[in-house]
Amino acid sequence: MHGSKIPIWFFIGLLLEIYGVLICGAGIVEAATGNYPAGVQLTELHTPIWWGGLLAVIGAIYLVKFRPGRNAK
Amino acid sequence: MLGFAPLTIAGAPAALPSALALSATPLARLGTLDIAVVAIYFAMVIWIGFHLKGQSNTSEEFFMAGREMTAWIAGLSFVSANMGSLELMGWAGSAYQYGILATHWYWIGAIPAMLFLGLVMMPFYYVSKTHSVPGYLDLRYDGRARSVAAVAFATEMILMSGVNMFAMAVVMKVVLGWDINFSIIVSSVAVALYVGLGGLRSAIFNEVLQFVLIWGGALLVPILGMVQAGGWYGLQRKIMSNLHNDSYFHLWRDTGHFSANPMGVHWTGIVFGLGFVISFGYWTTDFLVVQRVLAAHNLRAARLAPIIGSFFKMAVPFIVILPGLLGLVLLQNPDGSRRQLVGEDVTAACTANAAGVPTDASACSAAMEKTNLTPEFQQKVLNGAPGAELHTYNQALPLMMVRYLGPGLLGLGITALIAGFMSGMAGNVSAFSTVWTYDIYKPLINKKANDSHYVMVGRLSIVAGVIVSIGAAYLVQQFHGIMDYVQALFSVFVAPLLAAILFGMFWSKATRLAGFLGLLLGILFSAGLFVWVKLVPSALAIVALSPDAKPMAENVFRALWAFLFASVIIVGVSLVTKPRPVKELDGLVYGATVLPKEETVAFYMREWFWAVAVVVIFAILNIMFW
Repeated sequence: MHGSKIPIWFFIGLLLEIYGVLICGAGIVEAATGNYPAGVQLTELHTPIWWGGLLAVIGAIYLVKFRPGRNAK
Repeated sequence: MLGFAPLTIAGAPAALPSALALSATPLARLGTLDIAVVAIYFAMVIWIGFHLKGQSNTSEEFFMAGREMTAWIAGLSFVSANMGSLELMGWAGSAYQYGILATHWYWIGAIPAMLFLGLVMMPFYYVSKTHSVPGYLDLRYDGRARSVAAVAFATEMILMSGVNMFAMAVVMKVVLGWDINFSIIVSSVAVALYVGLGGLRSAIFNEVLQFVLIWGGALLVPILGMVQAGGWYGLQRKIMSNLHNDSYFHLWRDTGHFSANPMGVHWTGIVFGLGFVISFGYWTTDFLVVQRVLAAHNLRAARLAPIIGSFFKMAVPFIVILPGLLGLVLLQNPDGSRRQLVGEDVTAACTANAAGVPTDASACSAAMEKTNLTPEFQQKVLNGAPGAELHTYNQALPLMMVRYLGPGLLGLGITALIAGFMSGMAGNVSAFSTVWTYDIYKPLINKKANDSHYVMVGRLSIVAGVIVSIGAAYLVQQFHGIMDYVQALFSVFVAPLLAAILFGMFWSKATRLAGFLGLLLGILFSAGLFVWVKLVPSALAIVALSPDAKPMAENVFRALWAFLFASVIIVGVSLVTKPRPVKELDGLVYGATVLPKEETVAFYMREWFWAVAVVVIFAILNIMFW
């Protein structure tokens, strides 16, 4: 967007990337150790892995596409 | 909502915080990963505030975000300003109680008005270069109408900010067990920092961020719920076998009579009261949302922004209404039986002592008898048995989150709720700051200061606004009943304002005095109806035209009468007073304005193309769920 050194989409990409990596990583540890949180339903679907992975992929796309200075090149 | 338009557009039931506060033990405990997710969000919003400080030096930059926003950013911010956490939780609770009838507040209660704003009204707001909605009233009528609107709006905003702050603190206490003072201090410091530094631009950035977080954090709940319920048809079968009532799946079929649907509303109230007066009043005249669109970088972007927002608005029931419906059949007690949520009156009557036993057993028993709780469960509650806790309708969404979201994902869900509350506060204080500076301070207190002085006043008013909000939050904590009145401010104010704006924008003969009197007397009339029903509850049957009407119907009908009353005043006074010359109304009134010619673009980039797409989807959805 105009007049902004860092576009909002870059901030969003960064946040999604961090969250995605953290959540996906936690999901992998869960699956590897079999130590699932008590009381949480549908753990067999390994939701943190694919949801965290999805967030990380979207975050990476935004990080690259809206990285600061990209339009100046 | 409305930022928070309670009980009306997408508002939460008024007693939400007080009801939530009665829960004894937290619904969830955050682990290290969850806390890290929340902390990263706070670090990000503060960083955004500092980053944007250098781009908020002039009044145009600070109050209007430099009018540089793209249609997408303005559109997401526009719809996000209305997606506060109280709304999400409140309407999930409403869906639990009333089924998809609650969807009306997202579809007919929003979509037509958003399209009308983009296609018809936006050119006048944008071409007039007004900084605010009260500012438009000043240009179209005079300073009297502006002052009435500005004072009412500024008061509403600052009190609503306090309500949001208190509500967030209570929700965090109930869901996570956090100390109320801690939540109030952390949220208010963060909001004051990032809005005070970056102004409207910062508020808009954080609203877009909040939008992404809400979808990222809440979308999993309906997805996993639908997997567990066996899809839409599986959910229908489960509800029918448990509740034997298919009204939960119909938007319109049972609205022919007040008593035929659980919400106690009639289709006329939904169409004319909600779909026209309340919805148009909020989406087209409430400065909190209109300000986001005024920040667009050109007229086409300003017209496209509400249309883009309407697509997402139509999708919101997926993460709000559906979890409520799913909660109806999927939430379970520790013993595996179906968990039945109850109203706040029941949890209030069953407030427990330290031993977990209700302090007033007879009142609790009487309250539970009106519910569908089984006699066995009622006895467990009276005995203070482990696991026999009562949860309110408004806890449906957090309970569903706890059911499906493990470490990390739960932190994301909680962060989405926090972001919703904080951006609600930020929206309130940024709109307050603009109206205070442009429509109260500048015209009434100091007309001749330079630009940097007004920016300083804006920054100070944000800090002052946050401090007053904190005071309001503690006031609400002491006197919960105040929330009803604070939230009623919106519904009292919006209908007369809509009449003043619509007649001003589309009838060149509406005079200055008519605009002022229509607004002022309309507000007094609307407030009178509110007080009347408060003092004499039986008056509800007169206001809502039926003895079967429920409080939800009162809001829509009160708005309808207030709009008609203000309209009669405006027309009547205009007919006996002298209108302004038409040449003075250029840029302000339909028929007296030559709109600037916009550059020709491909059909798929035009607002009309996307508006037609919205109308088609809107019609299909209403027919599908008729």
